[in-house]
Amino acid sequence: MGEHPPVTDFATDFDHTDDVYAANPFPIWDELRGTCPIAHTERYGGAWLPTTHADVSAIAYDTERFTSRSIIMSPFRPPMERAPQGIAPPISSDPPFHKGARRLLLPPFAPQAIDKLEPSTRDYCDELIEAMEGRDVVDAATEYAQHIPVRVIARMLGFPEEDADRFRGFVTHVIEGVSLPMEERADGMLVLFEYLKEQIEDHVANPRDDLTSYLLEAEMDGEPLDMEHVGGTMALLLLAGIDTTWSAIGASIFHLAGNPADRERLVAEPELRPTAIEELLRAYAPVTMARLVREDMDYNGCPMKADDWVLLPFPAANRDPEFFEDADQVIIDREVNRHAAFGLGIHRCAGSHLARMELRVALDAWLDAFPSFSLADPDGVRWSGGQVRGPRLLPIKIG
Amino acid sequence: MQVDDERCEGHGRCYALASELFEPDDIGNGRVVGDGIVPPDLHDRARLAAANCPEHAITIDEGA
Repeated sequence: MGEHPPVTDFATDFDHTDDVYAANPFPIWDELRGTCPIAHTERYGGAWLPTTHADVSAIAYDTERFTSRSIIMSPFRPPMERAPQGIAPPISSDPPFHKGARRLLLPPFAPQAIDKLEPSTRDYCDELIEAMEGRDVVDAATEYAQHIPVRVIARMLGFPEEDADRFRGFVTHVIEGVSLPMEERADGMLVLFEYLKEQIEDHVANPRDDLTSYLLEAEMDGEPLDMEHVGGTMALLLLAGIDTTWSAIGASIFHLAGNPADRERLVAEPELRPTAIEELLRAYAPVTMARLVREDMDYNGCPMKADDWVLLPFPAANRDPEFFEDADQVIIDREVNRHAAFGLGIHRCAGSHLARMELRVALDAWLDAFPSFSLADPDGVRWSGGQVRGPRLLPIKIG
Repeated sequence: MQVDDERCEGHGRCYALASELFEPDDIGNGRVVGDGIVPPDLHDRARLAAANCPEHAITIDEGA
């Protein structure tokens, strides 16, 4: 990502935005697991990178010593006064506030509610595919994967669908823009919250059957939510599902394009697709979360300081050979698959049922339309760096 | 067979893999359908669901 010096030693100076890490983090995690399972860096004001399933899960469960006050690692740490709510509840919340904030958010993301969105999601995928008619090569990331979650969440929140490009801009800024100067980063957040304020005002004036009105009417402990809570949760809902889901869809298409035997099997055996999707989620899990160390402490021999970052690379945990048999192999009929692609513990991705539905529908539509496809230009594939990893350029030969 | 409510975080693997044995509640957490006694023809399915729970929330008492 240019602005940071290249990493020469990932054990002592790691950087998750490094081009080498973005392109292929797997050998880096494998080596660290065997030599220095919790890496360190002075970058970002001090940060740690556990790489084993045991450490990643233990830290995810330890909400006492590791706070979620910020979950995106950058040089900026939000002030203590924002805890325990944080800027985007409930992902940025700690107990005890977290529980109520999460409880009220879960019903619209439960499987029964998500099932109702399946037909419109399928229609939209088919629409994107129809637009490719007559082409030999398309970009499955920029012309397909990235549009699906944007459209779905805009509809759920009741935001204008023509604002889709703006949502992608917010994502780029908030999630991928961790190397921007602090003032530029703060300005971008203001633009996002200004946009959300407009949407809230519109929904206050014209309530309707969508998630924004749902939040405006929701109560916690018998009280309506304050506007900071509503705005923060809307920011979370708008941003958290976009690049994550498009990364999962893109990575799955990438895998099948490069592994014809797996692709042929999923075309011939559609009933295997749900099992295969879990394996693709394990092997190409897009999301790494972050925590902040609450107080100075020793953790497994690491002298962690208050406000040090700790990354939680769930994709690395998912490749730990101590936890998974043949962890480095993609086995699309893997039956036992206790993967952590959606995190572990109280912060399990609230949108996981939505993400799984989108991934399944997007792959069904793609495989039905293009039973035979391949990588058009393997060197032209580009992966995003940072905490959400997925193909950002993915030229695919469909003709 | 039972689901530990304290451990379950609503990943939904159990009811996706064994809808005869588990169902989602209103927030997507898994709960056992019926009394938790698993008929013999569904034993493997119960074990599969337990083995796929990311939170280790499902316990099966094989002794009965």
